[in-house]
Order: sequence, then C-alpha cells, then structure tokens
Amino acid sequence: MGTKRQFRIWRGDADGGDLQDYTVEVNEGEVVLDVIHRLQATEAPDLACRWNCKAGKCGSCSMEINGLPKLGCMTRMSTFEENETITVTPLRTFPVIRDLVTDVSFNYEKARETPAFAPPADLAPGDYRMQQVDVERSQEFRKCIECFLCQTVCHVIRDHDENKSAFAGPRYFIRAAELDMHPLDTKSDRKEYAQSEQGLGFCNITKCCTEVCPEHIKITDNGIIPMKERVVDRRYDPLVWLGSKIFRRGQVPQTFVTSEHSPGAVRSHAPSGGTHSHAGGSHDAKSETQAQQGVNWHREVPKPTAPAVDASGRLPLTELTFDRAAAPSPFGDDVTFPLPPEHLNFAHPQQDEKH
Amino acid sequence: MTTTTTRIERHHYDVVVIGAGGAGLRAAIEARLAGKKTAIISKSLFGKAHTVMAEGGAAAAMGNVNSRDNWQVHFRDTMRGGKFLNNFRMAELHAKEAPQRIWELETYGALFDRTKDGKISQRNFGGHEYPRLAHVGDRTGLEMIRTLQQKIVSLQQEDRRTHGSYDARIRVFDETTITELMLDGDRIAGAFGYYRESGEFILFEAPAVVLATGGVGRSYKVTSNSWEYTGDGHALALRAGATLINMEFLQFHPTGMVWPPSVKGILVTESVRGDGGILKNSEGKRFMFDYVPDVFRKQYAETEEEADRWYTDPDNNRRPPELLPRDEVARAINSEVKAGRGTPAGGVYLDIASRLPAEEIRRRLPSMHHQFKGLADVDITKEPMEVGPTCHYVMGGIEVDPDSGAAYGSVRGLFAAGEVTGGMHGSNRLGGNSLSDLLVFGKRAGGHASTYVDQLAARPRVAVSMVETAVETALAPLQRDTGENPYTLQQDLQAVMGDLVGIIRRENELEDALGRLAELRERVAKVSASGGRRYNPGWHLALDLRNMLVVSECTAKAALERRESRGGHTREDYPTMDPQWRRINLVCSLEGDTVRLDRKPLPKMRTELISLFDRAELAKYLTDEELAEFDALAAADAKAAAAATAADAAGAGAAEKENR
Repeated sequence: MGTKRQFRIWRGDADGGDLQDYTVEVNEGEVVLDVIHRLQATEAPDLACRWNCKAGKCGSCSMEINGLPKLGCMTRMSTFEENETITVTPLRTFPVIRDLVTDVSFNYEKARETPAFAPPADLAPGDYRMQQVDVERSQEFRKCIECFLCQTVCHVIRDHDENKSAFAGPRYFIRAAELDMHPLDTKSDRKEYAQSEQGLGFCNITKCCTEVCPEHIKITDNGIIPMKERVVDRRYDPLVWLGSKIFRRGQVPQTFVTSEHSPGAVRSHAPSGGTHSHAGGSHDAKSETQAQQGVNWHREVPKPTAPAVDASGRLPLTELTFDRAAAPSPFGDDVTFPLPPEHLNFAHPQQDEKH
Repeated sequence: MTTTTTRIERHHYDVVVIGAGGAGLRAAIEARLAGKKTAIISKSLFGKAHTVMAEGGAAAAMGNVNSRDNWQVHFRDTMRGGKFLNNFRMAELHAKEAPQRIWELETYGALFDRTKDGKISQRNFGGHEYPRLAHVGDRTGLEMIRTLQQKIVSLQQEDRRTHGSYDARIRVFDETTITELMLDGDRIAGAFGYYRESGEFILFEAPAVVLATGGVGRSYKVTSNSWEYTGDGHALALRAGATLINMEFLQFHPTGMVWPPSVKGILVTESVRGDGGILKNSEGKRFMFDYVPDVFRKQYAETEEEADRWYTDPDNNRRPPELLPRDEVARAINSEVKAGRGTPAGGVYLDIASRLPAEEIRRRLPSMHHQFKGLADVDITKEPMEVGPTCHYVMGGIEVDPDSGAAYGSVRGLFAAGEVTGGMHGSNRLGGNSLSDLLVFGKRAGGHASTYVDQLAARPRVAVSMVETAVETALAPLQRDTGENPYTLQQDLQAVMGDLVGIIRRENELEDALGRLAELRERVAKVSASGGRRYNPGWHLALDLRNMLVVSECTAKAALERRESRGGHTREDYPTMDPQWRRINLVCSLEGDTVRLDRKPLPKMRTELISLFDRAELAKYLTDEELAEFDALAAADAKAAAAATAADAAGAGAAEKENR
C-alpha cells in the first residue's frame, strides 16, 4: 500500500557532512517525522533527530524541509508531489551537533537573560484577580511551544552569528511582550529592556517569524510592533512614530516624505526649503501634473465626519477593546498614507513664480 | 580497565532530581528554596517534558465555579475513581493541598482562564462532581511546564545576583539520561548517566535523589506517550532496592486518534466530551447509555434529553454517561468495536460538530481544532473524529511514604513524585488529578529530600567498582556487533504488551506473555547498536530497553496474579470487582535479576475519612467484615455525639472556654 519516495537528508556533525539519498516507503496519512523514524528503524539506526510528543505540542522536531523551517510531525507527506525529492536539513541558525540535531543553547541563554515575572508584593496566592480579556493578550504568547522556528528563520541572526550576542530574537520579544501585557506584573520597563538589551531595534518587521510559527502566534503584529510603537512613543519622536505608522502592514510608499519637510507640511503652509518634493508621491501622470500646479482651492474637500463609535456609543479608546494593536492614528484610522496628491492642501513656495 | 580509558565528569549536589516534567521541576524548586544545591536531569531539552501534553486541566477544589466544592468532595471523587484502592492518605493530601499549589503557580506567572469575577475558571471533567479543573484553553500542561521552567529561571537569576552565576544553586542538565543509581550500602550516594549529545559519561555524587521520570507507555504499540516514557524511574528504583505497587493498573485513555495511522494513539482531550461531544458507533447510536455500571447508576443520566440538559443545568440533571471515568469509557468503546460496530479504522465516532456552533468549538477547543487540522486534515467543526483507546498513564509505580515521598523497600535517600509513584490514583486515575498530583507531591518530595540531607551525619560515598560496572553496562551494546537491532526488539516488546497484556486480559495470554518476555530478556541482553557515542538514538534505545523489559515483567506478573477486574485492570476470566482483592496491594521487588511479587494489605482509612461516604456506596466496595466494622464505628460515633450534646446541655460553658 505504501509508495517509495526520495529523501535527501543531511548527515554529519560539527566537522562537516553532506546530503545523503534515501529511498523510503511512505504510507497514506504519514508525516515527515514518520519517515525519519522508519529510516531509524531500518537503514539508519543512528540517524540523530529530536522528537517527543509527535503531536505538534512540544516543539522538539524542528527541521528545515525543502529549505523551510518546519515541525517534522506537522508536515504531512500529502503536501508534496509524488515524485518530489524531499530535502531535510538541520536548523541553519544553530551549530550542528549531529545530523538533524542542533545546539539550541543560544535560546536558553536568552531565556535566562530575560527578567522573570515580578509578582505583586501585596497579593497573597489565591487573591489574584484578573479579567479574561486582560489575560488573553498574554495567553496568545504563552501558546509558544519553543520550537525556535522563529529564531532560526530570523534573518538578523540566520546568517549573522555576529548579531547573536546583541539580539534575543522573536521568541524572547514575545516573552517580553507577554510580561508587559501581564495584568499583574510589577516591572514597568519591559519595553525599554527589549529595546536596550534584547536588540528589538534590529528587527525590521519582515514577518518571517509569524509565517513559520506553528502555533499561529501573530508575533509581529501583536507582539513586536506594539512593543516597538510603545518604545518610540515613550521616546517622543513623532517622525519615527509617523514612519512606523506609515510602514505598518506592508504599505511601503513608493516615494518617501523627505527630511526637508516636517510632517506638519503635509497639512499646513509650514515654510520649507530645498527642492520640490511631491509629498505622498504617485506615478499617476495626471495627478503628478496637478500636484506640480499646486493647490486647487476650489476643489471639494470631504466634510468633517464624526468618528466611528462602538456599540456603546463611545470611542474605542482603550487598546483592549480596540480592533487593532497599538494606539489609533491621530489622522483617523480611515486615512491611509500616502494621501492622493489632489487631497493635499499644499502650496509650493515657488509655484507662483512659475506660473 | 574501563575507568582508566573513560573520561567521567563528576558533580557534587545535595539533591539530584531525575526528570524535568511537572513533578521534577516542582521538587527542584522546593529543594532549591530549602537552600539545597540542586541538579535537574532532563532526558530531553528543558521544557519539552511529557507534561506539555496534558490538555484538560489541573483538579483542585477551589470552589470558584461551584462554591459547594471542597476537599472532602474531591477526596471522595478520587477514591471513587480509583475504586477505593487508592492510598487514602495520598488522596487526602492531594485533595487538601491542590488549591494552594495552583494558586502558587499564579505567583510564578501562570495565566489560567478566568471566571467573570476574575478568579481561576474551573471546568467539568469525567468523574469530578463539580467543575474543578483549572485550565488554559486545552493547553494546561504547556502552561504548567512553562510556568515552572520560568520559575526556575527566576531562581537562577536570583542566584546570579547573589552568587554571580546562574548555575550556582540550581542547574539543569538537559539531554542527559541516568542509567544507574549509585548506592553506599542501603543509602543513595549518587547517579550515573550520559550526555546524549556527546555520549560522555557523567557522575553525580548526591545523598538524595528524587525520581520524577513519568510512565511506561513506550512499551505499548498504541500510546499517547513520547519516547522518553520507558519506565526509567521504575527500573532505577527496583534496582536500588525499592518496591513497586499496583503495576497491573494501566490507564487506557478512551479517546485517542485512530486515523491517520501515523498519529495513532495521540489524545483527544476529555474536554471535548465535557463540552458536549458524544460517542456514536457506526450505526449512529449514542451507545454510552448501555454501559453505565451499577456503582455509578445514581449519578448518570438515563436518557439523552436529561444528559443534554446537564450541560446548561448541572444542578438539576444527572451527567451524561460520556463523562464516566476513563476505564469505563475505554471498555465501552472496546466492546462496541469488538461487536462489529466500529469505524473503518477500528474506533468509534466522537462528534462535537453537530453539537456546538463552529465558532464556539474553535473558541473552546483551539488546540484540538488546530491539531486535527494539522495532523490529519480533519475539521472537527464539520465532521466527527475517529477515536479509540490508547495507553495513556500507569497508575502503578514506586511505593512511597504518602507524606514524604520517600521510597519504601531497603533503600534510603530515594524519593519519588508524579506518575512514577503508585498508590495515589488506586486502580484508575481521574482526569485532571495528574497535574495537581505533580505539584502536590513534587513539592513534598523536594522538601523531604532536603530534610533528609540535613539529617545525615556523613555523606555516602560512591564506590569506584560501582561506577566501573555502570560504564561497562552502558558501553556494552556499542561493543557488540552480533546482536539484534534495538528497534526490532522494541517492536517485539510492544507487540507482546499490546496484544497480551493490553486493555482486556486473560490468564493463558498473560502466561504466554511472561514466557515471551523471558525470551526477550535473553535477546535484549545481547542487543547491539551501530555507530558511535555522539547523539546516537539507536544506542539510547538499546539502554532504555532493559528498563522497559523489567517494568513490563512487573505489569504482566501482577496482572496474572490479580484475579478480578478493577479500574485499569480488566480480566475477561474474572469480570467483576472482588471486595477481598480491594484489601490487597501487589508489591514488586527485584531479587537478583528476577521480579518477585508479594501481597501486602492496603492501609486502613481513618475514621473521619471513611465517614465521608454513604454506607450504600461503601457496600459496593467493602467486604462484609469491613462493613461490620464501619457500622460499629458509626454506632460509636452516634453514641459519642449524643454524649457530647448531653454534656453541652449540662452547661459546660466554662469548660468550653478553657478548651479554647
């Protein structure tokens, strides 16, 4: 009933090794880890591979399958083509011990450096009171099974050993976020710690960690970005803050607001020097020309509208009830950047001279 | 000769904890808090222990959801679940101390699901009279192991501040396996093992060892247990002179996945049934109503209508029979399948899809939904699951002193906690009682091991000859090249245990099993492993086989001896419970190389505890002789009560004041 499938598995140790070919029987409903076990029971009894629960709950059997970091027990053979050769290699970011087993002690060191939960001094065991909505945000991060797939995929350390000492990695950013959001944790500098000690600033939100997470934790959106935003929030740097708003959710504009303009220039007649820049630029030729001509003072502008309110008729002011991470945009959450040029009330200082 | 050529790393500790699951970590925390230099030995990476697999929750009578719950009710449920074979003192301590142990976890940073008034939420579970299980969705075990792991890290951070090193007073040796305990006369002197990573040997010199190695499930073909569950602690204890009890009692969890084949055995949490899931056979019949045994008749619904009302109104309706204790449900499924009413893959259907809206299923059972989608491509919100019994837990284990966790037998300085111990759960464990068991007895074992160390006048010493023998035994499979492959031997052992010492047992099959185990013993003694010492799973399995084999022998011998059916031990040839057998524990010990079996009377329950039960209920379990004794007690109590009222009436107000 089984079919023969081609596997290439990396065999070797710290001194080197290479991919070895195996032809293995595969039955219906099996996963990659089953195939590894069959190899161990037959032609390669000393093939080293970590595993424990075989149910996607312990995070032991992390490996790279066709180059993608995955759990061996959660990768069904039915997701591959019949004639596809499946390549299995150890996690690339950590030193190899033997075959598919790597030295993941980096992660345990970072775990030890992250300050532990600080319990409230005035509460006896049994007196802790927390609301479900308040614990849920931390609970999402506590789903982590420590498979370290997010750590191995993170390009900050994947091919850069030199960054390892200064960078804790996504797993420990969400640990910091989890404690930051813990309703009763008494330590108040989790964000600053993440920035100054864990190397949060190295992360440029490519979301690879979120993509590989077998527990589907929104590492970037719910953990890293809120930490980053609140870090910059506290630093009172509005330009960086605006930048982080603009570049959220992958909306990278094609042209940037250059540094000659303060953000205020987008809305007001603030004086500005230097060369012309079309704020919130566009490659639409027509609006380009329009922008060149400056402001059409007679155009129709949208009337101010009341903000969206929730069921109780209130603004969604608290982050707990708000439908997205972090604070709402001061421009209104219905405004997306870049704005179309025709909506900009902007007059170029030299435009009158030109016309 | 060996020692001169073999490098052995040596460490000195006060307490060595073998096993890094819930019980081991809790014991280690306690030993460290008592100021002892503590080592934790973990067979896997730190934080991967089998505790992560526990889904439902931790039972503790906190009374957050139903205020009528208290330790007495919990104690009663536990004894009932174990069919009165439990060590009553352990069940009592467990019921009394579980709430404190759970609350303590919150101070370590655990985040349980909450009730409306902000307390820890508690859910219903098979065999528990009130909602009692503290839980986090269906990943409670993960929360527990992570919390304990992080508490250990926080202690290490404390030590770093005061002593300059994280490892100053508590150190985790991950991916390290202990193969032998070292003795000095009858005293524990240390433990010997190897690092999986390098294959190098390591010797711990320590006057106290806490065993917390979990169970024995890997000896079975269909099991929810991971590779680590090879009965190491059971075997180490036996070889050190300790005794095992109740080894015939294995819990087969009623609902393991039966399809696809690769995940056969993996658990479907009982909460699926607690939240409304029902069991149906291939004819679509909800069959559990046909399997309610007499002892439970009063507490369980007789009609589907009543059962369905219970989910919303538990106070005025009896519970659905799907929530009977695990052994009953497992046997019922087994009977249905044997009668030809099973699914194509040899199980029955567990249906939640037609009982709850999809959104609600995803919210209440997130990791079940995730697991089925990921592992089997089955959407539990749309179709029923195929489930059947899977080897899940061993009730039997090291015979310990209930209060201190110190092992009985001839050895001193050996403590044990968690699944590796016996007695607490009697013949059958209630769901949710294992997580609280780990915490309650983990703490006790760690604390008492520390006290034992304090009381020692001199440290026991490890003899060189013992280390030499241990090294030779460990290296032997690598030095032979004529023996069999360890994987073949393991499969053969699993076949013997699964087919002949499985869920339903018969005398001739058990005798056959003992014969085959003896043959296997010869073959295991000659096992050979290819490859070197660095991270060689074949070699590791070859060493584990020895432990699996001796523990399997204990199970088979005890199963043959106990001529009745009770909890996790079902004899087709003796299908009922026998009150005479309730008074007997079967105790295994090692005499040279052979397993010796003795009968030992069960300790007698204290008066105030046995009075918690109805006479009618006790009548189902106790012998006539014991019942007569109970009646005499009750009569004496009534007399004393009457006398006390009379004394009060005589106006002894002053005396009462004095008493206070």
